[in-house]
Amino acid sequence: MTNLFNYIERSSPIHRMTGAAKLACLLLWSFAAMSGFHTLLLAALTVAAVVLFRISRIRVKDISFMLGFTFTFMIVNNLLIYLISPEHGVSIYGSRTVLLELFGPYVITAEQLFYHLNVALKYTCTIPIVLLFICTTDPSEFAASLNRIGVSYRISYAVALALRYIPDVQRAYTEIANAQQARGVEMSKKASLIERLKNVSAILIPLILSSMERIDTISNAMELRGFGKNKKRSWYSARPFGAWDWISMAVCGALVVLSLVLTALNGSRFFNPFV
Amino acid sequence: MDKDIVISFDKFGFQYTAQAEPTLYDINLTVRKGEKVLIAGPSGCGKSTLAHCINGLIPAAYPGRIIGSLTVGGRDAVEQGLFGLSKTVGTVLQDSDGQFIGLTVAEDIAFALENDGVDTAEMHEQVKKAAALVGVEKVLSHAPHEISGGQKQRVGLAGVMVNSVDVLLFDEPLANLDPATGKQTIQFIEEIQQRTGCAVVIIEHRLEDVLWRKVDRVVVMGEGRIVYDGSPDELLCAGLLQSAGIREPLYVTALKYAGVQLTPEMHPAFLPELQLSDAQKQQVREWFESRPAPAEKAQTPVLLQTQGVDFTYDKGHHALKGIDVTVRRGEMLSIVGTNGAGKSTFSKAVCGFVRPQGGSMMLDGEDLSSLSIKERADRIGYVMQNPNQMLCKPMIFDEVAFGLRNRGIPEEEVRPRVEEALRICGLYPFRNWPVSALSYGQKKRVTIASILVLRPQLILLDEPTAGQDLAHYTEIMEFLRSLNEQGVTVVLITHDMHLMLEYTPRAVVFHDGRIIADCSAAEVLNSPEIVAAANLKETSLYHLSMLCGIDKPEAFTRCFIARDQEVRGK
Repeated sequence: MTNLFNYIERSSPIHRMTGAAKLACLLLWSFAAMSGFHTLLLAALTVAAVVLFRISRIRVKDISFMLGFTFTFMIVNNLLIYLISPEHGVSIYGSRTVLLELFGPYVITAEQLFYHLNVALKYTCTIPIVLLFICTTDPSEFAASLNRIGVSYRISYAVALALRYIPDVQRAYTEIANAQQARGVEMSKKASLIERLKNVSAILIPLILSSMERIDTISNAMELRGFGKNKKRSWYSARPFGAWDWISMAVCGALVVLSLVLTALNGSRFFNPFV
Repeated sequence: MDKDIVISFDKFGFQYTAQAEPTLYDINLTVRKGEKVLIAGPSGCGKSTLAHCINGLIPAAYPGRIIGSLTVGGRDAVEQGLFGLSKTVGTVLQDSDGQFIGLTVAEDIAFALENDGVDTAEMHEQVKKAAALVGVEKVLSHAPHEISGGQKQRVGLAGVMVNSVDVLLFDEPLANLDPATGKQTIQFIEEIQQRTGCAVVIIEHRLEDVLWRKVDRVVVMGEGRIVYDGSPDELLCAGLLQSAGIREPLYVTALKYAGVQLTPEMHPAFLPELQLSDAQKQQVREWFESRPAPAEKAQTPVLLQTQGVDFTYDKGHHALKGIDVTVRRGEMLSIVGTNGAGKSTFSKAVCGFVRPQGGSMMLDGEDLSSLSIKERADRIGYVMQNPNQMLCKPMIFDEVAFGLRNRGIPEEEVRPRVEEALRICGLYPFRNWPVSALSYGQKKRVTIASILVLRPQLILLDEPTAGQDLAHYTEIMEFLRSLNEQGVTVVLITHDMHLMLEYTPRAVVFHDGRIIADCSAAEVLNSPEIVAAANLKETSLYHLSMLCGIDKPEAFTRCFIARDQEVRGK
């Protein structure tokens, strides 16, 4: 059964960091990467992300599916940008160096290529970090981490519960789908798309109804054990921050500052090699 | 006021906001420290409502009008509120899986402490202690699906005991457990009570299973009132159970059939202490010898035959190890065994939900392996345990017609076939009703009708009576029996030993992916080796026959069942 949170238990310094610190680092890192188009910084972050990945001892094959998925997304994203706005780079960098004329409005300019390089770098420096967080954070610690960085504990716990119940719902889905297939619900390609969509409802309705029963049980069970009694709650799996947690958060904080400083010095969010 | 009283209902009544009539009337009940009280009664008698009043879900989660008073731990229950009561009353719910909140055992036990904001280091200590108390300290880091049903229930108990409560309230603790685990649970509740001195309140309609260990008092409820409150011995002699819709322990019924006059001095409520005089034992023996041996059914042609069916899940779990089963036309048989023994996997293999890696399955001479799920369903009907997992149409007629319409059967043929299936299931008057207006038992019948309409030769039901009281159990099982008499072959997967004894002449016992017994249900339950290996529970008739010096417990059991059917058939 595939879990949304593909926690892979290994022994590494990154696994040993607390979930809350990792979450904070993830957010800071992403902000540093997203706030500007400073090509050198993005390239450096990409290299650093790959190095961190090595340190975490997560192998590429552990995450090949998610990696493939996000890289496909990156390519689609770039293609769409080009299709919709082929002169976007020109308007940003203020110059136009035509390399190749295609057809109609589609020309390839050095500025546009450079812009795409930057977009790609944003993906390559953040995706590994997101995957790293997903693979090295014990799901148990996740809710506690969210709560620690300021999300209300009710919402944090809702996330934890979702993690708890995803495998159950998956199991129920398979069982219901089997029983409904036996009643003649066609889920294979033999049926047309509209037919299949209709058939999905024959599985989803019982799934939702039986999940409602579960929700009733679980909410009673939670209230009976005092959930929602106080404004704050503690967490069994919370851990105090260690030296590495502080250092990592400081480094990631510094990255944000660096990105902002670069923007200020540059006078723009874009590093421009064309002037 | 008496300091020992932990729960006290005084002229208490309750009416749910959404209902026209009160659910509880004039309840007067006290529970003292260290007492063990069983509250029994059929579905809808108000026993769960009573439990919800004690733990505060009423009125917090289920609003309504309260009259009279209820004090818990000497203070008014409503004033304390749900959270206040949770410090005094620990509730273990029926659904041990559904109430498992945490991602791991440790987190689940810690849940109440987390909500109190207990410091993490101290919490770890307390969790360890509570886990050790209930014996789950070795599985603290396990996820819920990695532990057994019995362990889950222990975790649930540990989760409320971290609050050091005075009352432990068990809401139908046996409903989802296999017989042996249920037996252990009852014993375990007793141990915990002795160790902690808590008052224990057990809500359960399976009287015999709870009485396996001593209880101080039994409270019987019926239609919102307490109809009996006293010692279990007197209850069994009073003959009140039948009218209250609760099943008597089998040995008690057997003694009555034999004409033995029960008195409280004989201690009929606790089998190990049951006192029978030599004359009474003689009476039982004579009754047994006077009964005609039940007739054997003639053998019919083979319908389903599996040979060497072998299946291993992707993750490497070897679930079926060479299963050979023969089901004859017109049979009604039980498949029993622990969770994970392979019963469900076997039924999935027969229905085509999983594809065995080895062996063969023939239905009526036709090889099943070449048929798709849908094609098999025309021959073998599968009914899931929870009807809500099957119902997908708002109206009953459409629900039953669903399988036919999916198969492209013309509408003029659909109508008579659906109506026929509804008639067989006793649902014809409801054909234009919405499904949501039906009771659980009726919904179950709708799902059976929706399978029968496909005219399968064999129908396979997963736990058809789980969680049902005697009346609903009887309704569902009598219905299945009548189907069987009309020629449908019925295979039941069950944990219910009564069901197996009463309704299925034959039982197939699964254990660890193999079949360890395939014989009469009475034989299975009178064989201590099979009972132990497959986590079943010996019937009390076995012990009774031993007590009376009858050396053929199996024949005695069959003789009892035959007599019981005569009596109940009337």
